[in-house]
Amino acid sequence: MEKTYYDPKDLKKFGNISELQPELGKKFFDYYGDVFKEGALTQREKSLIALAVSHAVQCPYCIDAYTSDSLEKGADETQMMEAIHVAAAIKSGALLVHGVQMMNKIDDLTM
Amino acid sequence: MQKERKISLQAQHHQLSRTSKQLAVLEEINQQSFTDRLEKIDRFPLKPTAIDIFQVNMGKMCNQVCKHCHVDAGPDRKEIMTRETMQWCLDALDRSNISTVDLTGGAPEMNPDFRWFVEELSGRGKQVIVRCNLTIILANKKYHDLPEFFRKHKVEVVSSLPHFSARRTDAQRGEGVFEKSIQALQMLNKVGYGQPDSDLKLNLVYNPSGAFLPPDQLGLESEFKRKLRDGFNIEFNELYAITNLPISRFLDYLVVSGNYEDYMQKLVDAFNPTAADGVMCRNTISVGWDGYLYDCDFNQMLDLKLNGGSPDHIKDFDAEVLSKREIILNNHCYGCTAGAGSSCGGTVVNE
Repeated sequence: MEKTYYDPKDLKKFGNISELQPELGKKFFDYYGDVFKEGALTQREKSLIALAVSHAVQCPYCIDAYTSDSLEKGADETQMMEAIHVAAAIKSGALLVHGVQMMNKIDDLTM
Repeated sequence: MQKERKISLQAQHHQLSRTSKQLAVLEEINQQSFTDRLEKIDRFPLKPTAIDIFQVNMGKMCNQVCKHCHVDAGPDRKEIMTRETMQWCLDALDRSNISTVDLTGGAPEMNPDFRWFVEELSGRGKQVIVRCNLTIILANKKYHDLPEFFRKHKVEVVSSLPHFSARRTDAQRGEGVFEKSIQALQMLNKVGYGQPDSDLKLNLVYNPSGAFLPPDQLGLESEFKRKLRDGFNIEFNELYAITNLPISRFLDYLVVSGNYEDYMQKLVDAFNPTAADGVMCRNTISVGWDGYLYDCDFNQMLDLKLNGGSPDHIKDFDAEVLSKREIILNNHCYGCTAGAGSSCGGTVVNE
């Protein structure tokens, strides 16, 4: 049994998920590949979005992968840090906006 | 971040200053060897197409000690090309129809016979390229007129600027290098280099400041142009995106930082057969400071002399015989075939 839940080496085995369900696995990886192709957004913009989302979903594999990918797409450290601040702002904003729900409930319960 | 070094691996008596040790590390990769990879796609043995570029390493002395330097150059390196060897280079060129001579180092300008050699080459009508680290222009009063000297001989200047941010450039090339590089670029612009209506070419070299591959060359060039123009009023012609090869100080960085295995895997995974067709060793010959001949500057730094049977010293230069040689390969060659490929002139595959 593994001593930890995450192993950096597992990132390279991502493709292995197709072994148990090849058809859906292929559809997923084809879709994934297409998403990151240059389109209305540049590859670098997509990589920075992926980096920010990786932090929001707190996926260590994704952070590892999209830190390298952002650098290889020519992003610099300032852009990368700004990207994760965007994710942080949305995460914290999403929490704080629920304060309105709390305030509504306070109104319901108090005189 | 690694501590900044001020001396070469050789001066540190570092084990990786020995080419045998570097080659042993390169042998250790878990992947298919580069030679086997070429055999699999029917490209082995790799042969030259012609000799179009005559690249001369004028010495290992340099005013900088960059962390990624594959030459292990620095102020403490004393290996320098003599005028006698330069004369042999000129004699060889006179016996051939090679039109481009690419001068590198170290800082080639630190060779006391650098200007004499450039004048001789220029007088023979050769297209001269100088790989100038920029800071040399400001390093000493005697170098301040280099832009004017380059202009006079229509030398093409190719200069490293790893990034348009001071942080990234200084991390690789040393503290304060970015600011001095910017000043030197402005001096080159002032005498006409890189200007849209000028035939004085100023090309920049980007190479990653870490264990990752370079981005798309054209996209990065546009960004460099915008940032350097807006921030510093600097103009240049082309940007070459070059991959760092796992040799010498960059190899040391990879090993010490624990990135070696992953970086080699990255290069192997990105192997591109089209890039293999366009590698620079197929149209270049590299001359060492002591006159020995190599397939490229990287093989030179690994002391991989030309294949047995070929003339291996500039005194015996024979373009026809050399153009039939087999190119010496090793696992560092994966650096030139990754992605869009890499050469002294940037990527080799136009996507």
